Amino acid sequence: MAYSEKVIDHYKNPRNVGSFAPEEENVGTGLVGAPECGDVMKLQLKINDQGVIEDAKFKTFGCGSAIASSSYATELVKGKTVDEAFALKNTQIVKDLALPPVKIHCSVLAEGAIKAAVEDWKKRKAAKMKAQAEAAKEKKPVAV
Amino acid sequence: MDYHATTPMDPRVLEAMLPYFTEKFGNAASRNHVFGHVAEAAVDEARETIAQAIGAEAKNIVFTSGATESDNAAIKGVAEFYRERGNHIITQATEHKAVLDTCKELERRGFEVTYLPVDRYGVVNMEELQKAITEKTILITIMTANNEVGTIQPITQIGALAKERGVVFHTDAAQAMGKLPINVDEMGIDLLSMSAHKIYGPKGIGALYVRGRNPRVRISPQMHGGGHERGMRSGTLNVPGIVGFAKAVEIAVEHMSEEQARVKALRDRLQEAITSNLDEVYLNGHPSERLAGNLNMSFAYVEGESLLMGLSEIALSSGSACTSATLEPSYVLKALGVDEELAHTSLRFGLGRFTTEEEVDYTARRVVEEVNRLREMSPLYELAKAGIDLKSVQWKHD
Repeated sequence: MAYSEKVIDHYKNPRNVGSFAPEEENVGTGLVGAPECGDVMKLQLKINDQGVIEDAKFKTFGCGSAIASSSYATELVKGKTVDEAFALKNTQIVKDLALPPVKIHCSVLAEGAIKAAVEDWKKRKAAKMKAQAEAAKEKKPVAV
Repeated sequence: MDYHATTPMDPRVLEAMLPYFTEKFGNAASRNHVFGHVAEAAVDEARETIAQAIGAEAKNIVFTSGATESDNAAIKGVAEFYRERGNHIITQATEHKAVLDTCKELERRGFEVTYLPVDRYGVVNMEELQKAITEKTILITIMTANNEVGTIQPITQIGALAKERGVVFHTDAAQAMGKLPINVDEMGIDLLSMSAHKIYGPKGIGALYVRGRNPRVRISPQMHGGGHERGMRSGTLNVPGIVGFAKAVEIAVEHMSEEQARVKALRDRLQEAITSNLDEVYLNGHPSERLAGNLNMSFAYVEGESLLMGLSEIALSSGSACTSATLEPSYVLKALGVDEELAHTSLRFGLGRFTTEEEVDYTARRVVEEVNRLREMSPLYELAKAGIDLKSVQWKHD
């Protein structure tokens, strides 16, 4: 398979590989794909109170273009608001990395991972606010 | 490291072939002048060499363009010739596509095909084979050795069973020829497909052995015109190819035992270097009954194509879906019952005549490096190391 230089670069020198420490707050995690399909992406976004993505990390099990797509996705979302990140389309990854048609799937997975991470963050945030609100009602301090 | 796909030509083979492109360019079918006679004599000699290598008679060797054509000629040829006798063919799940796709085509033409399963090592079960034979069975086609995992089938037993039940037995020996001793009489083989380029010969030439007696086996020709090869395969003979094929066979047979021992030692060295430096690496195929040059392994948590990409300076092959256009992982590994997730993580190493110890050590070192690098990047490895059973995770299929 002939890959673009950009794919090869991201595969060889992936950006932002890793995971945030479990105790870190304000992190949303997206885990998409399945091992038996040959692709699993884990994308994590660290989002501040203003809803801006301050940092991103990924781990991917998949082919070279799956690794490149997720690595590139972490670069794309950094500094963006959650809404901007949520609106990102896989076609942009396809275009920027010049993915061949059989590898479009990888970009779809990356888009899904971003959306899943944002949703996870929103869910956590909502749960946290609910806990705080309930704590305020009961006038009890709450550990967050 | 991809000797199962093809092999470089042995310089001795090329040397033997060269005159037949230039001064000895005759058509072996030109019986009335010296150019034709020279070509015909070369073909006769080649036919004799190849026949001897498998314990056959020269006149029962039919030259073809390669093993794929031989498989087609054998399977379709028997099916057509013996159609009145029956319409049932038996094969097995890990055959090469040249056999499987030919059988599928025959199903479209109204034949019935049984695809026998294999055990976890890739071996067919003799009892199941016995049960599958009916009054309508006209052909059993089972490969000598597998091209992905190297598993060697119990050919002698299959041949004996086929003979006992009066069924024609074909075997695709593309991977086994020149590497395993073959004797068509002792092994009860009626039809045998061969290929030159897997044994350091040229591409585009192969042969089919067709049993001439005890009993005589007939095939309907798939290529008409001119009646070459006793009517079984028309077309002007590829004289340089045939000469090269015979030279390749001659060298392979002459040095078979020492060459196979050397290749096996290298293969074992590679396997040992990999398994002693990595955990969760699994062998695919048979631990002992496999080709000396074959090593097929799954590297858990690392997808095969990405591993190939990291090892791009080494010629390797993967059973991963991502290397093929079909997005399905290897059907061979699937037939062995290898988990799909592990099938995606497989690599095939093929060692051969020109593989060196340095190459083996380099390959082992690089494989270990890349697997470690990719595992650090793998969410599955992270989950597994955290003690999470990957089978218990609710994956989001898309």
